[in-house]
Amino acid sequence: MSRPVAYLNARLVDPASGYDGPGAVIVTEGVVADIAYAPDFGRLSADIEVIDAGGALLIPGLIDIRVKTGEPGAEPKETLKSAALAAAAGGVTTIVVQPDTNPVMDEPSVVDFILRRARDIELVNVYPAGAATKGGLGERMAEIGLMHEAGCLYVTDADRPIVDSKVLRRVLSYAKAFGVPVAHRPADPWLSAGAVASEGEFAARMGLPSVPAIAERIMLERDLALVELTGAPFIVDQVTTGAALESLKRGLDRGLPVTATTSINHLSFNEIDIGDYRTFCKVDPPLRSEGDRQAVIDAVASGLIQVIVSAHAPAPAEDKRLPYDEAAPGAVGLQTLLAALLSFHHDGRIPLIDLIRTVTSAPAKLLGLQAGRIARGAPADLVICDLNAPVVIQADKLISKSKNSPFDGRRLQGKVLRTVVDGRTVYAI
Amino acid sequence: MTPPGLNEVLQRTFSFPKKHFLSATDLNEVEVANLLDLADGFVSLNRQTAKKLDLLKGRTLMNLFFENSTRTQSSFELAGKRLGADVVNMSPRSSAMSKGETLIDTAVTLNAMQPDLLVVRHASSGAASLLSQKVGCSVVNAGDGQHEHPTQALLDALSMRRAFGRIAGLKVAICGDVLHSRVARSNIAMLQMLGANVRLVGPPTLIPVAAERWNVEVFHDMREGIAGCEVVMMLRLQLERMDGVMAPSQREYFRFYGLDREKLACAAPHVRVMHPGPMNRGVEIDSEVADDLSVSLIQDQVEMGVAARMAVLTSLAARLDNDR
Repeated sequence: MSRPVAYLNARLVDPASGYDGPGAVIVTEGVVADIAYAPDFGRLSADIEVIDAGGALLIPGLIDIRVKTGEPGAEPKETLKSAALAAAAGGVTTIVVQPDTNPVMDEPSVVDFILRRARDIELVNVYPAGAATKGGLGERMAEIGLMHEAGCLYVTDADRPIVDSKVLRRVLSYAKAFGVPVAHRPADPWLSAGAVASEGEFAARMGLPSVPAIAERIMLERDLALVELTGAPFIVDQVTTGAALESLKRGLDRGLPVTATTSINHLSFNEIDIGDYRTFCKVDPPLRSEGDRQAVIDAVASGLIQVIVSAHAPAPAEDKRLPYDEAAPGAVGLQTLLAALLSFHHDGRIPLIDLIRTVTSAPAKLLGLQAGRIARGAPADLVICDLNAPVVIQADKLISKSKNSPFDGRRLQGKVLRTVVDGRTVYAI
Repeated sequence: MTPPGLNEVLQRTFSFPKKHFLSATDLNEVEVANLLDLADGFVSLNRQTAKKLDLLKGRTLMNLFFENSTRTQSSFELAGKRLGADVVNMSPRSSAMSKGETLIDTAVTLNAMQPDLLVVRHASSGAASLLSQKVGCSVVNAGDGQHEHPTQALLDALSMRRAFGRIAGLKVAICGDVLHSRVARSNIAMLQMLGANVRLVGPPTLIPVAAERWNVEVFHDMREGIAGCEVVMMLRLQLERMDGVMAPSQREYFRFYGLDREKLACAAPHVRVMHPGPMNRGVEIDSEVADDLSVSLIQDQVEMGVAARMAVLTSLAARLDNDR
């Protein structure tokens, strides 16, 4: 039996309970045993190890529901272990890995493989998202029930939209019976074909094949109509345009069971950041106009978008050091997610507790996880973070095996001091 | 014998400040004016029997064409040879690149051979810029995807300046597939910098959506678009785009956007017609117009191409000399 640990003298922010104030927590046997809404508990029994947070932020560990690693199939990019180490350093205690691996995670044995590997690595919580269709090809339903039984949290074909409306309808109806949410990328495949940038003046000048922002709304409108038809719980995999937000708002106003996500990349960068063909800024969906970025930030502030993801997608130098249209899309983000997120607090755009909610209690509620809150009996997944400490992101110093971070060189504020998973310290400085 | 005009320009103190020649947007008016003056001198040289100088003596010029282009490649090759450089032509398509070597690997390999000037054409926008970041020599963009083709813009400006004596105030209509055209992008940037009045003409499917924000007028009716224009610059079309993709058919395209005598009558009386070549006769341009030397500058453009490239190579090499 491990010694109980008391984390004292913190600013405790717990979006699930709405609390933001002085706080202290005692962790026993991997769960939160006691909470004081004061700097300390008064007298503590002598067998409790004391960690003084020194006034730093104490928040639930982050839950990132859209993470790619290279395992299985592309381990030189990233392994589950390197991703877990990056997550721990970034204050992310739960990751949901995407199914577009090799082999595709479209049946229970691959789900089982991921869970076994995660148990062996014993760093952060790792859950798989299963493929919605066999091979992620958008044609025939994958074994959604068996994968759910094996431990997958939701199903998705990741970056690839399910073009055939009949297939998505069946996936939605079928998954609903198991209570499994379906995530889907809103991108009209025909308008998006071959595009590597968002349509507009910038892409036109740079001579980059581009997709109009409206392609996102077109697919989202169809998806929302199918959600209305089936009543199935649905995750919009990254809303990145103002046009799609209008559709989202109408859908939510009608009471559809929809949760929208966006990525930290689309909140932090716009198309101009591509500059002289910087492939680290090549992500999927492509970076949008500044108007779209502002609309997405507002949508997070208003609660229209509830969950923020890192969209962690490792790509090694050899896949990025190519002409823009040939380079692999994606950006690593696990380690920079929290600091990047906090910039909206420092800018006065979004209250701190609302920001933290998008990466803790909101994704926990969406996926039925016990984590994501600081409450008695909840898993002791905690992060201590110096809210104001300046950091300069240096891509080559990141823990991920791939260093493709668009945040390279960015000055941010917010430094993770300690990450705790199930009561175990998995990262500390 | 160096022609006197060329000697005068070569003795100017102005030196080209850039290491690479990647984009028309990198240049300013003074730099372009000097390049044009220099190119003018080279035109005279090229018309002599003794065409060879030693301005690039000892220098190695590598032509690295990932996309085939006989005309641009030979234009650079002649330009380099007339200036006394050693010229090597590489066609990576048929060699290492097909074995999975990346652009950067190829560049690094070639860089190790110590070229002084690397002329690159590649199907991807931004490829020349990427390459310039990885090599020690000067890089000339000879066309990168749908982005830019700055030496083409320079030779077009030279042709126009020689034909009209000026570029400022010139009314220029750029017609056809602007969307996919690197020639159009470089020309728009350079002509606007030099004070020309630029219009774009084409079907909506071939004009970039944000084109109005480029400070150009956009026309979908060709007669209106070229009305009063002094230069009508036709762009090359890829025929596979004319089969119901970007336009319904070649014959429909020619009917509405092909340049023939009848449409050309809407332009200014002293209009000149340009085309970067190679032409699709009967699709974007009627032979009758293309071959009429009283209106067509198309042959001039080819001649100006060698001179303009000589000007670029000389300027870059001078900058390399200064670096020493």
